[in-house]
Amino acid sequence: MHDKELIKDLQRKALLIRKYVVDSVYRAGSGHPGGSLSIADILACLYFHEMGHDPKNPRWPDRDRFVLSKGHASPALYAALAMAGYFSVDELKNLRKTGHFLQGHPCMKKVPGVDMSTGSLGQGLSAGIGMAIASKLDKKDYRVFVLMGDGEIEEGQIWEAAASASHHSLDNIIAILDRNGLQIDGHTEEILNLEPLKWRWRAFGWDVIEIDGHNIEEILDALHEADKNDKPTLIIAYTIKGKGVSFMEGSLSFHGKPPSDEQYVKAMSELNQAEEELNG
Amino acid sequence: MVSAKITDKMRNLRDGYSSALIKLGYENENVVVLDADLALSTKTKRFGTIFSERFFDCGISEANMMGMAAGLATCGKIAFASSFAVFATGRCYDQIRQSVAYPELNVKIVATHAGISVGGDGASHQMLEDMALMRALPNMRVIAPADAIEVEDVVPAIASYPGPFYVRMGRANAPVLFRRHTKFKVGKAKLLRNGDDITIISTGTMTAEALRAYGLLKEEGIGARVVHMPTVKPVDRRAVMKAADDTGLIITCEEHSVIGGLGGAVSRAMSEDPVPMTRIGINDTFGESGEAAELVRKYGMTADNIAGTAKKMIKEKKG
Repeated sequence: MHDKELIKDLQRKALLIRKYVVDSVYRAGSGHPGGSLSIADILACLYFHEMGHDPKNPRWPDRDRFVLSKGHASPALYAALAMAGYFSVDELKNLRKTGHFLQGHPCMKKVPGVDMSTGSLGQGLSAGIGMAIASKLDKKDYRVFVLMGDGEIEEGQIWEAAASASHHSLDNIIAILDRNGLQIDGHTEEILNLEPLKWRWRAFGWDVIEIDGHNIEEILDALHEADKNDKPTLIIAYTIKGKGVSFMEGSLSFHGKPPSDEQYVKAMSELNQAEEELNG
Repeated sequence: MVSAKITDKMRNLRDGYSSALIKLGYENENVVVLDADLALSTKTKRFGTIFSERFFDCGISEANMMGMAAGLATCGKIAFASSFAVFATGRCYDQIRQSVAYPELNVKIVATHAGISVGGDGASHQMLEDMALMRALPNMRVIAPADAIEVEDVVPAIASYPGPFYVRMGRANAPVLFRRHTKFKVGKAKLLRNGDDITIISTGTMTAEALRAYGLLKEEGIGARVVHMPTVKPVDRRAVMKAADDTGLIITCEEHSVIGGLGGAVSRAMSEDPVPMTRIGINDTFGESGEAAELVRKYGMTADNIAGTAKKMIKEKKG
């Protein structure tokens, strides 16, 4: 059992991430709200509980690494980084704007706290493996968290990497799959069937844990369990694309489209209401 | 001028790579080496035998290899990633673009088996556009050493120079041109022969042919300048401009497509004040199977071709 206050605090953090996602994508006039909202709870648990990191020293050599392999969900990552103190939350208003540092997809050279540049799908797990090997070479304890999209694992490179992680017995890499079931052109199962998902990963030598990706307790338990495994671990987080905003939930059209003026007002009022209910 | 002459001594550039890597491995424990199931051919295996914990044979998965190299580099490692040129660049271009060049990580891509002299394996394995691909990437530097000695200088030089590099070598044995300590500097040309009538700018093992062409032209009373350009990007613009000013005619020589490699770099360097120039290289075509020396002749990449081109250009200039 986790402390009730901790759960509530992480729920608040996740809600705040969602508000920043909607706000920053609306102000940018472009971006990917759906897949950003689906990972808000996972990011809250990682950045505000599980990971060892230091916003005052973003390049601290012993920090846990995080790779957002589904780089288009950058609005959620930027929100978490800003809330953690890597840069001012005011910067979130400048997402995708010329001359500002918050790029459409994460850029490690420009954004403090970003451990790997991503954007072209399928590449983050390989980079994570390199980091996990470096951790072992240097006899360090840091872990590597890689967050992937479910559509993303249609890329062949993911499976090269999956084989590689188990071959090298990398017990310090924890991959999380945002299983929201949607990709740009439709449902993952209609575009390119991913099932039997967990058996595919098990066959590649991974331990697999399945959770509700919006349940803070389940996320924390899974991260804790993954830490004890002696194999690479994949957490399949079943999520809802657009989670938290009624008209974005399960919607294909909000994969890569900002809300209109009216939709923005509605989305923010829903999230504000959820926040009030949480604070009860 | 840098001392260079064609000797009878033949050495494989890959052996230079292998011995330089091992030396580097002893000197710097942050050096790691990755390969993709070609470790015997690229000769990285010798490093792996000595430093097994710092050597990763990734199997036949170049995309994953490049990503791993990038990840290792983010954690302070100097990652050398090797394969054949065709796979090390073309097979994983997007991985190099996104995960290496864009974040400007300390990954050194060292490829072997570039060019037509790969021979029998044929067009599928004869990489002729790798320098064009790598030159086009921001943050990427491109180097084609002339002999095994120069490779031994290039490897430590790029290891101590932060950021991504692409180094290309061929498969065949090549004549040793340099003595030890060739004073290799990233971005610096090497003046090998002086002359006033024409300049031959060459890269990679074509520099041996350029030196032979110098001899052929000298016999006919023609003074050719020979400039070896190991760094194709950033090209030594000053050396190109000076050659253009001093000799008024330029030939470029490379075992690579005439599109996008040394010829492209040199013509760009003098585009504001150009002189007549001919590119010797592979003329926008795929290769084929055959014996290396025969292919080099068939595709017009010999000293005779260079000398013939030089005479034609000089004659045309005199009009």
